[in-house]
Amino acid sequence: MTATATRPAPPRAPRSKRRGASRQKREMWLLMLPAMVPVLLFSVGPLLYGIGLAFTDARNTRVHETSFVGLENFTRMLSDEQFWASFQIGAIWSVSVTVLQFLAALGLALLLNMNLRFRSVARVLAVVPWAMPPVVIGLMWKLVYHPDAGILNGLLGTDVNWLADFSLALPAIIVVGVWTGMPQTTVVLLAGLQNVPKELYEAGEVDGAGRWRRFWNITLPQLRPVIVAITSLDFVWNFNQFGLVYVLTQGGPGGRTRLPMLFAYEEAFRYRAAGYASMLGLAMAIVVLAVLGLYLWRQMREAK
Amino acid sequence: MRRVPLYAALLAYVVFLAFPLLWLLSTALKTPQEMALTSPTWIPREPTPANFTDAFGEQDLVGAALRSLVVALASSLLTVVISLPAAYSMARYRSLVNRIAIGWVLVSQVFPFILIIIPLFLIMRDLELVNTLPGLVAVHVTFTLPFALWMLQGYVRAVPRELEEAASVDGASRLRAIASVVAPLLAPGVVATLLFAFISSWNEFMFALVFLQDPDVMTLPLTLVRFTGPEGVARLGPLAAASLMATIPSLIFFAIIQRRLKSGLMAGAVKG
Repeated sequence: MTATATRPAPPRAPRSKRRGASRQKREMWLLMLPAMVPVLLFSVGPLLYGIGLAFTDARNTRVHETSFVGLENFTRMLSDEQFWASFQIGAIWSVSVTVLQFLAALGLALLLNMNLRFRSVARVLAVVPWAMPPVVIGLMWKLVYHPDAGILNGLLGTDVNWLADFSLALPAIIVVGVWTGMPQTTVVLLAGLQNVPKELYEAGEVDGAGRWRRFWNITLPQLRPVIVAITSLDFVWNFNQFGLVYVLTQGGPGGRTRLPMLFAYEEAFRYRAAGYASMLGLAMAIVVLAVLGLYLWRQMREAK
Repeated sequence: MRRVPLYAALLAYVVFLAFPLLWLLSTALKTPQEMALTSPTWIPREPTPANFTDAFGEQDLVGAALRSLVVALASSLLTVVISLPAAYSMARYRSLVNRIAIGWVLVSQVFPFILIIIPLFLIMRDLELVNTLPGLVAVHVTFTLPFALWMLQGYVRAVPRELEEAASVDGASRLRAIASVVAPLLAPGVVATLLFAFISSWNEFMFALVFLQDPDVMTLPLTLVRFTGPEGVARLGPLAAASLMATIPSLIFFAIIQRRLKSGLMAGAVKG
């Protein structure tokens, strides 16, 4: 304390402050460095490298001379029927899983937010899928859908090979997608519900608003930022889903569940077309960012 | 009486959420003979732990579990050691670098991994790190880092700066102030981050699939998937048992952080 009290007049202060700032800067860099090395080496670097690869004919083999091919991969992609089929499946998958996840999670969150008995059971169950490794979720549902030893055929009295059926495979994995992603969405929506000020509901009740009116006019507008955040995240996560579907169907039957991620993975690591697969990845990144940007922009405009 | 539809809805949710889990459990306790029956039964007639012991007898599975354990331990420790100083810096100093770092944390949640994984594979191959566990650890650390940073800087922010300053005023050096005042308060956050990183690595599938092609180095999720070969229903029992055991670490983690999940962790992550 005495040191600060006896410190001489202001003139010297700016200099020492500057010296302090530069020391602080050095310290900051030193602290950031260990985290920056792996991120630059294994994440930022590959990202830029990958964008570059998209414009080459790189092959995922040891002996291959890579050369720049401009937009060749892009034109090939546009005329690739498998690509369009895969993107269509990806669109159906990610939109329907996101919407169903949201509706199911909103319902569950509303129930959990009420004073119901046994809700603690539901609350624990609602988190369990979150805690499971995606591979185990995939294997578990494979057991449910299994044509011989599975329970679903037993329950419904059917004899269907769910995951190998051309028209049923996609709906079947969508159900698994909803089951898997519901917990996060429920937990986030529940947290949002609990942050809605109680006074608003009391005021609504005084004004004679019924349950539905209160839901439409109080709950939904109040939840809006949370809903926008979690549905955007869900959409991106679903669009980028890989492990779950890989375990369930490997993209089969006949490519009916081949999400864009699986398509690009096969191109890169089965057919070894690293350049083309990078172009597919780039296209996916642009589509995700565009959809996300559009959605967030519209939501923000409406919020105003 | 008005509540009846509500309870019906809650029950529907419970059934939807629970039935695949119960079926997994049921399959894990069945004998191969019962599995081969044409009409599957919910409750095993003669529940048997044989599938669990069989799973332990499978050398592939045990080896894979040990490798997964090593990879997850190494990645979680490294993640925390690397991200702790950076998180401290992000929470305490305002600067361009830190703002970029926070931006990266958010962007990394959105990015299609496929665009990174191909060049990353080529880089790892040149570094001779494909088919090695250290290679996988490096990748897991890199991709757990953003969220770990996010968690940790939140915990650092929660420690009042005044405490640190008070310690310095009392004559402690900065390092000592941090070690004796900040560190103990950070301990719970560090543990939570460690657990998070451990689970992320333990559960991770896609990077492992790309980087580990030799069965001798495969981690547990990969080996479990390989285990579902074309052999039919005979091996489904041990598979179900092994799947259940593979879930135990995550369940422990979630049991520990369950209370915080509701409001703290995810709310903070989403509000940004």
